[in-house]
Amino acid sequence: MAFQISLKINGNGHDVELEDARPTLLDVLRERIGLTGTKKGCDRGQCGACTVLIDGRRVNSCLSLAVSLDGAEVTTVEGLSDGDTLHPVQAAFIENDGFQCGYCTPGQIMSAVGFLGETGGDASAEAVREGMSGNLCRCGAYAGIQDAVLDAQARMSKGGKT
Amino acid sequence: MKAFDYQRPETIAEAIKAASKPGASYYAGGTNLLDLMKVGVRTPDSLIDITRLDDLKRIEPQKDGSLRIGALVRNSDLARNVDILSDYPAIAEALLSGASGQLRNSATVGGNLMQQPRCAYFYDPHSACNLHEVGEGCDALEGENGKHAVLGWTKTCIAVHPSDFCVPLAAMGARVVVDGPDGSREISIDEFYTLPGSVQPPGSALKQGEIITAIILPSDAKRFAPRARYIKLRDRTSYAFAIVSAAAMLHIGDGRIKDARIALGGVAANPWRAREAEDTLNGAEANEASFKKAADAALADAKPSGDNAHKIELARRILVRALKAAADGTPPKMPDLPGSVFAVGKEAR
Repeated sequence: MAFQISLKINGNGHDVELEDARPTLLDVLRERIGLTGTKKGCDRGQCGACTVLIDGRRVNSCLSLAVSLDGAEVTTVEGLSDGDTLHPVQAAFIENDGFQCGYCTPGQIMSAVGFLGETGGDASAEAVREGMSGNLCRCGAYAGIQDAVLDAQARMSKGGKT
Repeated sequence: MKAFDYQRPETIAEAIKAASKPGASYYAGGTNLLDLMKVGVRTPDSLIDITRLDDLKRIEPQKDGSLRIGALVRNSDLARNVDILSDYPAIAEALLSGASGQLRNSATVGGNLMQQPRCAYFYDPHSACNLHEVGEGCDALEGENGKHAVLGWTKTCIAVHPSDFCVPLAAMGARVVVDGPDGSREISIDEFYTLPGSVQPPGSALKQGEIITAIILPSDAKRFAPRARYIKLRDRTSYAFAIVSAAAMLHIGDGRIKDARIALGGVAANPWRAREAEDTLNGAEANEASFKKAADAALADAKPSGDNAHKIELARRILVRALKAAADGTPPKMPDLPGSVFAVGKEAR
């Protein structure tokens, strides 16, 4: 049974034809829309590489059926910057060396954006480590990732882009 | 993944009708079901998507003082709810100790109750597992079973229930409201789960087509709010299932324990309410000797189901830790590491 769904992705409307109900949001983003910034790591909800925002909340797109999300607003890593101006979380990841190979980075950044929206802007380093535990980095860049999230929190509390 | 039919009903009645057919399964957060479908352990013929049933998304204080939580409330929303934080803090701590930020944003409280075991043999469609089909056998008995059950198990199944949230629910005697082809009913959390028998694997009281609509937190559990903790031991500090965990709730007056509620996680196919342990604490002083006696009572019937005898002592110790933490008082602010043994240690320093 085929399904037609509409998604608003990074502010743009997309009508997507699904030949059956199986595709996840992750596969739709990468294979149908052509937004390959969102990465497939484990495809089982364990690594966080596929993290996107659905209606403002960070989720694992690999464990979300696209057909169920008809009408949803999705933000991927491609939708964060304002032209050439990076989102404060993106800028903080670069300045704090929050990655090595970069494969987990889009998921780390989207998770950090979601996390900082969930807290009151006063997260401790320990709270950052706990809050980011759904994102694995097999290079082990965790120290830089933690510093990047804390730096982004400071930047955003000074009136930066949220 | 095997292909399946998909329906998104607008009302609970339509959902029940659609899900009453054999092979139909409800879909909400999808965080456990989709995972199981990807590995081929669950192969539903149809998914009934209940995510648009807005009546199931509310958290409503009831006239009798209890709190009704709609089954589609997301774990992260429940953990941040002001009534939960003030009246049922161990629920918030348990929720926040489980899974990851992303999963908590997707997973629903009804789905949390329906979580399947994380036993590696259940997760492998090619291994023998009585949860795949009754009579298949259990490869975990002779396999990697260091994290399996120490209470309430039989050779039919030695898997444990993976939920954190359900542990304080069991301790406080929460009720599960279900609706179905034969109407609505309330089931106590104790009766919601069935332990394994000589043939039947563990399961739930739900019949085909029945849907969890709400969870009711009893009004009388609010008296534990000043002294309620959930403590969880795991392989890593965050984002791991419990090896063992404990919910401990104490009501203390005039230097004595007037009432105690205890449940253990990671030890059995259900969230394990330890009534014998509670009884030892009634009227006792809130000190380490009392807590050790309670822990001995809680684990009196425990026996290893494999390479896991260590879990019995771990469960005793984690229960003592949880009772001590509860006696010290619920922290004014949720610890940065909810449910962590390290957070408990820090407060003690």
